[in-house]
Amino acid sequence: MSVTATQKRSVGAVLWDYLTTIDHKKIAHLYLIGGGFFFILGGLEAVIIRIQLIKPENDFISAGFYNEMITMHGTTMIFLAAMPILLGLMNAIMPLQIGARDVSFPFLNSLGFWLFMFGGLLLNCSWFLGGAPDAGWTSYASLAIDSPGHGVDFYVAGLQIAGAGTLMGGINFLATIVNMRAPGMTYMRMPLFAWATFITSVLILFAFPALTVNLFLLMFDRMFGSAFFDVALGGNTIIWQHLFWIFGHPEVYILILPLFGLFSDVFSTFSKKRLFGYTAMVFATMLIAFLGFMVWAHHMFTVGLGPVANSIFAIATMAIAVPTGIKIFNWLATMWGGSITINSAMLWALGFIPSFTIGGMTGVMLGSAVADYQYHDTYFVIAHFHYVIVGGTVFGIFCGLHYWWPVMFGRILHEGMGKLTFWTFFIGFHMTFFIQHFLGLMGMPRRYWVFLEDQGLDLGNLISTIGAFFMSFAVIVFIINIFYTAAKGERPSPDPYDGRTLEWATASSPPPHYNFAQLPLTRGLDPLWIEKMEGNGKMTPAEPLGDIHMPNGSILPFLMSLGFFIAGFGFIYQVDHSAWYLALYGGMAFALGCMVVRSFKDDHGHHIPKEELEREAD
Amino acid sequence: MSHDHSLNPETMPQDPEKATLEGKNKFMGLWFFLGGEAVLFASLFGTYLALRNSTADGPASDEIFGLGLVFVMTMLLLTSSLTSVYAMYHMKNNDYSKMVLWLGITALLGVGFLACEIYEFAHYITEYGFTFRSSAFGSAFYTLVGFHGGHVLFGLCWVISLLIRNAKRGLNLYNAPKFNTFSLYWHFIDVIWVFIFTVVYLMGKVG
Ligand code: HEM
Ligand SMILES: [Cu+2]
Repeated sequence: MSVTATQKRSVGAVLWDYLTTIDHKKIAHLYLIGGGFFFILGGLEAVIIRIQLIKPENDFISAGFYNEMITMHGTTMIFLAAMPILLGLMNAIMPLQIGARDVSFPFLNSLGFWLFMFGGLLLNCSWFLGGAPDAGWTSYASLAIDSPGHGVDFYVAGLQIAGAGTLMGGINFLATIVNMRAPGMTYMRMPLFAWATFITSVLILFAFPALTVNLFLLMFDRMFGSAFFDVALGGNTIIWQHLFWIFGHPEVYILILPLFGLFSDVFSTFSKKRLFGYTAMVFATMLIAFLGFMVWAHHMFTVGLGPVANSIFAIATMAIAVPTGIKIFNWLATMWGGSITINSAMLWALGFIPSFTIGGMTGVMLGSAVADYQYHDTYFVIAHFHYVIVGGTVFGIFCGLHYWWPVMFGRILHEGMGKLTFWTFFIGFHMTFFIQHFLGLMGMPRRYWVFLEDQGLDLGNLISTIGAFFMSFAVIVFIINIFYTAAKGERPSPDPYDGRTLEWATASSPPPHYNFAQLPLTRGLDPLWIEKMEGNGKMTPAEPLGDIHMPNGSILPFLMSLGFFIAGFGFIYQVDHSAWYLALYGGMAFALGCMVVRSFKDDHGHHIPKEELEREAD
Repeated sequence: MSHDHSLNPETMPQDPEKATLEGKNKFMGLWFFLGGEAVLFASLFGTYLALRNSTADGPASDEIFGLGLVFVMTMLLLTSSLTSVYAMYHMKNNDYSKMVLWLGITALLGVGFLACEIYEFAHYITEYGFTFRSSAFGSAFYTLVGFHGGHVLFGLCWVISLLIRNAKRGLNLYNAPKFNTFSLYWHFIDVIWVFIFTVVYLMGKVG
């Protein structure tokens, strides 16, 4: 899509370009394509679940297959759809927002993507190789240890590889924001999306290693005969729950904070006002992130940790509602008295506020440890987290895609189709999930294959399933919009929305691969807007035009990830036959070999000469 | 190439490891990486603490641990941290051959540590039949200490390949950050060992 008419190249050349690219903007494309693919896959799984539940005692799919569906739906959506799409948006936009030419570790950036992609593919290979994992996305050890076949092994290996990729992405963003901000771009002048990227990366950095360890423990138990979760040998399955949620609760904030940042930018752009309470917004984000590490046991209220532990975690949980509330009010105040433009990006942002607020309120309800004995493991919980994850994260992703499509692809999405997508999705979303609150309160448990007739659950489930069809329709319209836009879409100016921040201050749309020929000089919050208000209309350069140093592309990240992918199969199947050790050691050796090549071959990057920049400027 | 020149200046700057943007990035990136590693080891320590008495009638920690060997290992690793400090000192003074010498000593001490650890594990297995599969305690012990050992092994491979690759090149602004990040990593491994020594061995013997 980014290939403009002036530089048509063969399919092979484009493919090779993307396989070897280390340009953050192209890696963003890859993340969006990969994440989008898994989003569609996870969506299909959701629809199958809803069809099974459309009427009482349905037998559309078998019980075992149903378990695989719910497991893969959750795992796919969280690890392979939402997170990668977010990493894609961060990659595309954050470096531009801070006025950088690239990220700190372009090579690692590409490695992170390919690890995610191969991890996701490995996980999904399980469908064709004897069955997918079926112990839920949380894969509690008591179930997972006894799950027959290799499904759970694929979960372990796939997530381990994909998780390593995510961790690299996080470290890369952190170093980038610390080291590569353009002149004048102090921390307290960064747009909220850049701030959110920074804080989310901190969460990734400190949360993912707990998952890594947990997956290792499960892997050792299932594949190498250790006894972490084997009660007969003194093991303890609650360890899995602790480590999972020490990772898992920060993970849900990894899913929402980037969108909090994005919505802040969108509200301020389309209200033509500076963000209300910028400093409070930054610190509220930090506070949420910090508290996010203190509340994991609210997922374990019914385990029996005791009243003291439950009370402490209940109070910490409810405390998170405070900084979240600050944010909601600041968004409203940003719009207050602004001159508001309502387009499809803004619609998603507006729809987000009530939807997410409902999810936050049910969250506080769940946070009451006593009441949670009633709610836990019912559809009430399902309703809660879909209100925050769909109403927050998915709305935010759609918002970001509509808002930044020009920056990422040099075209503007069709407005009419955009609005149709929003309204059908918005209606379908509330239809599907609002009723689930009541299903849950009436006692319908989550993760059950069927429900019985005449227990007051029939109509609610039917409505819920119809809502899912509305959302599917919306997604199909969005996909048509993408193809339509690629073929016939309008080519916007680099600044189609009268923007305020640096991603709108590039020379072309999409930006040249070095982003800025001369790094821009930032003079305050909303740097581009300041220049507009002072009549300059564009950024003042912070440096004279000179040669630009850029890193070289490389195929090694792809190959390394391929090595780990092969080793993954080795790990999974060595229990059946020792010949698979060949794949295990072979894959590992190949990946490590690539690593050695990487460190032994000097790579000084290349320079774009000044003359070329001058030619392109004309 | 103009670039080679800028990486091999006439006079080395005060902090060659942080003189280039790449160097600064590596320095930052490694610190963040160590933050993640700290959580990784914290999770392993937590697991170990939860399971350290779950011996399932197998060998218990106070029956098998011998503090003598562990003390030697601690000394080897602590000294290797010190020698890597010397190496970095010589790097800042642009004295390449002394830096290589001290890094070589660091690596040797690391090898010594690893040899002791292998001997220790072999001893437990042959003498006491205490393995990874004996009990939850066994799994947790070998996983925690083994992860640390794996990190030592990785560090050794890292420094040895750095030494081989740069044997004939001398110090420049391209490889100085690489030596420096290795030494930071090595200190981290050392700190983790201090915790292992306390939590696993001392508390296992006395606590
Ligand atoms: C005001 C903020 C929030 C509070 C107080 C809160 C509270 C809770 C509580 C207590 C539970 C456990 C319910 C149970 O299993 O019985 C829960 C589950 C969950 N929450 Fe939240 N939550 C909040 C925000 C969020 C956000 C922002 C997200 C994601 C973007 C999220 C995602 C989830 C998920 C995925 C689960 C279910 C996990 C599972 O069992 O599969 N929550 N929440
Ligand atoms: Cu939570």
